[in-house]
Amino acid sequence: MSKVILTVDDSRTMRDMLNLALVEAGYRVTQAVDGLQGLEMLCAAETPDVIVTDLNMPKLDGFGFIEAVRKDARFRAIPILVLTTESDGEKKNRARQAGATGWIVKPFDSLKLVEAIRRVAA
Amino acid sequence: MDTIETIKLTFFQECEEQLAELESGLLAMNEGAADSETVNAVFRAVHSIKGGAGAFKLDDLVRFAHIFETTLDQIRIGQLPPSPEVMKVVLRTADVLADLVAAAREGDRLDEAKWLPALEECRALSDASHDAIELADFQPVRVSFDDIDAPVAPARPPRVFTIYFKPKRELYANANESVLLLRELARLGEMTVACDASALPLLGELDADGAYFAWTVELVTTRDEAEIREVFEFVEGDCDLTIEGAAIPAPAPSDVAALIRRVQAEMGAESRAPAFVQRPAPVHANAPLKLVADAAPSEGRSAAPPAKADIAKNEIAPPAATIRVEFDRVDRLINLVGELVINQAMLSQRIIEAGFANGSAVTVGLDELEQLTREIQESVMAIRAQPVKSLFQRMSRIVREVADATGKSARLKTEGESTEIDKTVVERLADPLTHLIRNAIDHGLEAPHSRAAAGKLSEGIVRLSAAHRSGRVIIEVADDGAGIDRARVRDVAIGKGLIPADAQLTDAEIDNLIFLPGFSTVSELSNISGRGVGMDVVKRSIQALGGRISIASRPGKGSTFTMSLPLTLAVLDGMVVSTSGQTLVVPLTAIVETLRPKSGDVHALGSGADVLAIRGSFVPLIDVGRALGFRTVPADPLTSVVILIETEGRARNALLVDTIQDQRQVVIKSLEANYCHVPDIAAATILGDGRVALILDVDALVARSRGDVAPADLPFAEAG
Repeated sequence: MSKVILTVDDSRTMRDMLNLALVEAGYRVTQAVDGLQGLEMLCAAETPDVIVTDLNMPKLDGFGFIEAVRKDARFRAIPILVLTTESDGEKKNRARQAGATGWIVKPFDSLKLVEAIRRVAA
Repeated sequence: MDTIETIKLTFFQECEEQLAELESGLLAMNEGAADSETVNAVFRAVHSIKGGAGAFKLDDLVRFAHIFETTLDQIRIGQLPPSPEVMKVVLRTADVLADLVAAAREGDRLDEAKWLPALEECRALSDASHDAIELADFQPVRVSFDDIDAPVAPARPPRVFTIYFKPKRELYANANESVLLLRELARLGEMTVACDASALPLLGELDADGAYFAWTVELVTTRDEAEIREVFEFVEGDCDLTIEGAAIPAPAPSDVAALIRRVQAEMGAESRAPAFVQRPAPVHANAPLKLVADAAPSEGRSAAPPAKADIAKNEIAPPAATIRVEFDRVDRLINLVGELVINQAMLSQRIIEAGFANGSAVTVGLDELEQLTREIQESVMAIRAQPVKSLFQRMSRIVREVADATGKSARLKTEGESTEIDKTVVERLADPLTHLIRNAIDHGLEAPHSRAAAGKLSEGIVRLSAAHRSGRVIIEVADDGAGIDRARVRDVAIGKGLIPADAQLTDAEIDNLIFLPGFSTVSELSNISGRGVGMDVVKRSIQALGGRISIASRPGKGSTFTMSLPLTLAVLDGMVVSTSGQTLVVPLTAIVETLRPKSGDVHALGSGADVLAIRGSFVPLIDVGRALGFRTVPADPLTSVVILIETEGRARNALLVDTIQDQRQVVIKSLEANYCHVPDIAAATILGDGRVALILDVDALVARSRGDVAPADLPFAEAG
């Protein structure tokens, strides 16, 4: 059974890009439009093997989303990669403090994305 | 179309949404009415555009959006107060961003001269210190894994690295796994791993979230140290890591047996008791053991989000689920429903002719069919309906640009943005509305000093509003400027030969002169309003939409242009009447009541004009048959029917017709498209018996018979 990746991003464009790259690489993809829906998806749908999330989102941003995931015993071991356009360390460090496993710098290419997921996926 | 192109389309659609969000957010900020969520949304909009643009390598857009984002971020974190001066630049920057998006969508690059100045202006707002970051940012440092799987470069001789790796508990807390890191290392070369478990406490003292193991790895690889460090990129700081490299001494690296012996000898020399593993096994304290200590108490906990302030107060409605449908399909559906309405009307007619009694099963069924048909038709119309919001938002840009160009200070106030109207109407309103707004600022508003002299705020207000009123959409453009200079308008009209020098005109009639073709009060064409079109073009575009435009002006107080538009261009409720043997349809929205005049109600006013006395007031009486030229002999009011109508200016008039036949829904068929424009006739329709009937344009009819200034294309002159 192929691995399931949950993507959380408020931008339809970004969700579509992620979906395209991940499906091509043989992953199954579920999608959420913000952190809040991301949490709902975790509870309602198949538990993902890896989560890829944006940071800047309405309702519940990436930091809050990651913290919430890490607080839940059922999901705390799921690797979470954050998408960030910032190449300075501030956002990355905040994300790591919230509990992010790793990051992907936007704009990403498919290879880079899939490689990062492979690295953190069990 | 391949998938990337599809996503690109999505991107541009999303850009439109983001730009709209940006615009409304910035306007709220400009009014000082923005909460922090609005500012966040504004920031996010630009951020998203940048993100998508990066994916499609739209470098200009990325660069511009980045600077813009930096400035917005500073406003967001309170470093840059959103003063009016700052907001002015920000709004202008947003306009240029929209231009860049538009150019990118067309596959073009916007001329640098058109966006670099705005970029610099925006950059000047943010601190110089941010420039350094920005430079690094729009050419992100690629952390590339691409060459990990690439063939090993043969040029570099293999080396032995000794890697000591001791995870801290934070590493596991972020769902990193030692075993996965070791797996990555194994991809780089030949590896031997020793696990030091000496720190592992007894089970009773074990903290399930603790980190107790350390690993020592001997890696034989042709890669350099930087590539090994890259494996630990995500866990930097969450572990102790030392990497030492040494050239491989003789024997040669191909002599594996010797190598293993050497490694074993080295490892064996260590004081700890290392457990050798060929492939790393999944052995970190977190995974298998945490069930015991941690999982049970928290298992039932739901994944409720943390109580963050911005979740609770968020009132933005979730985006409605949508599907995209080609416009043609909707149009086809609408045409079909139009045919259905006609067909249903024909069927009704046949059934009545067949002599079925009211209340019989057939007529009851027919009533239900009629009801359903109407509901289908309304639902289909709703598909095309669109709030005017997007249209109104575009206008705020016009206001800014024209205000800047004319040196006036102006603000746009909008009302009723959620009013829905047919998509075609929305699109075709853009040009006339733009023109009206330009006019309002250029001609309507006074210069700031004149406003101050008149005791007004130096900032002029242009009000744009939309509302539904009795089945039509009313759109108003109002300014609080000086109003129409009637003496001047009159002079100009006389000078251009539009009216005789001795014409006696009411104020309203003078105001309406500006709608005449070829009228322009500004002698040298201003490049703001006068783009070679006048108000006559505006009027014609509105009329082409089945609408009307009127003006009300008060000296010193300002002018208001009122446009009344049909909700839909396809169907209307009408009263079917006949006069002089002709069948006509009067739009129901205009009708107030119908009555049979008694003798003494109708009074002649000389010059052939009659008035009807009704409840103590007199209203002009128009003999429709004569006005349209169907006959020359006046109708006898006592054997006729009077239809009392209300026109756009809320004036009442009475139409005289022979009989009323029916009241029903009719499908509008354009006369212009199939024949040509006919004065006083709005359109045509097909009746239930298959005959064509003309739909009366009551406002035009009333305006003409009242002796308002006649449109130039009117074939016959008329006196008041």
